[in-house]
Amino acid sequence: MEFKDYYAALGVDKTATVEQIKRAYRKLARKYHPDLNKAADAEARFKDIAEAYEALSDPEKRAAYDALGPDHRDGRTFTPPPGWASGFEYSGRGDTDEARAHSDFFETLFGRQAATRHGPRRGGRQAGGDHHAKVEIELQDAYRGARRTVTLRTPQVDAEGRVTLATRQLAVNIPKGVRSGQHLRLVGQGGAGLGEGPAGDLYLEIQIAPDPRFRVDDRDVCIDLPVAPWEAALGARVTLPTPDGNVELSIPAGSANGRRLRLKGKGIPSQPVGDLYAVLTIALPPSETAAAREAWKQLATVFADFNPRQALES
Amino acid sequence: MTERTLTALHGEIVEDNIQFTLIELSTACQTDSAQLVELVEEGALVPLGNDASNWRFYGSALRRACTALRLMRDLHLNAAGVALVLDLLDEVDALSSRLRQLGDGTPPR
Repeated sequence: MEFKDYYAALGVDKTATVEQIKRAYRKLARKYHPDLNKAADAEARFKDIAEAYEALSDPEKRAAYDALGPDHRDGRTFTPPPGWASGFEYSGRGDTDEARAHSDFFETLFGRQAATRHGPRRGGRQAGGDHHAKVEIELQDAYRGARRTVTLRTPQVDAEGRVTLATRQLAVNIPKGVRSGQHLRLVGQGGAGLGEGPAGDLYLEIQIAPDPRFRVDDRDVCIDLPVAPWEAALGARVTLPTPDGNVELSIPAGSANGRRLRLKGKGIPSQPVGDLYAVLTIALPPSETAAAREAWKQLATVFADFNPRQALES
Repeated sequence: MTERTLTALHGEIVEDNIQFTLIELSTACQTDSAQLVELVEEGALVPLGNDASNWRFYGSALRRACTALRLMRDLHLNAAGVALVLDLLDEVDALSSRLRQLGDGTPPR
């Protein structure tokens, strides 16, 4: 288990007051909250920040954490002293949302808390809660539809009131035409109901994995298409890869660098269907041989009157 | 875990096919309806219908409501503050989508 330096996570001194800790948390939370910051590591950063704040803003937890002593370093292996955690009791609420799950370090220190926030369960019927999870698909899956096996870790409360993570697998049909950020509702796959109560629903948030060639913008898809200078100048027929297979594309003569060619209806097949854009980038061939340099020189002779910097001259 | 053949489940695309009542949306967001009513009063969510008892929310409200609730909880914002944040996020989305169309290679949010 890795030691977590909660003071470093919030960038505060060990002597920081409650107010200073709160201020540091709020500032970092605004910066790294995954709903505001779409950088790949923002979610992990925010989890660390939120966990550090949860530990340090609670006087009981902070005292227990400080009692570990100053000799631990962030990320180093941490072994709790024997008998640890038996002397503390916590009244905090357990958050069952997996995205808010704590690190092993936090749970060892402060215990896995029972999911008490729903209050004592009353007898009789009660509908199960709705659950949320994310599923990543390939861009091609959005074009063609796919079957994905989703592994879910669901917190469950055992007989002693402790929370454990149960693993279950679901096979899910990903419908053709689904877009990033959309949700699939799977009726009855959420939390179990109590008594005769119906089970809740499961909402799967779809995320299209980044693709090295294609950029996705809602239902439209974009690809950079390198062309040779003469293809751009004279026009050409080239093979364009799309997420749904190759197509033939005509490059119009006289195309400038950056020209966007629209392939109507070749985007994600949602309702309405998206478009595919090929953005031309003019690629220069290597000119290392004498013959190649000669060819460029001939070009220079033919275009002796061409001034690419005309617009810069006043 | 034992391997077994799983029957594939069919889901509905919430944003395309589903409308929520106030109660359904609060269940889906794991919150109580009072918080959603507050978001509607601030204009952060816009349902169809005049009266809370017959409000219908478009499927896209699920994502918006969940984002709003997370921000309220994690940043200690009130409904008015989060309504402003959502409007600004919409604007950021529109601008970065425009940037991507111009082909700067910015990954989508």
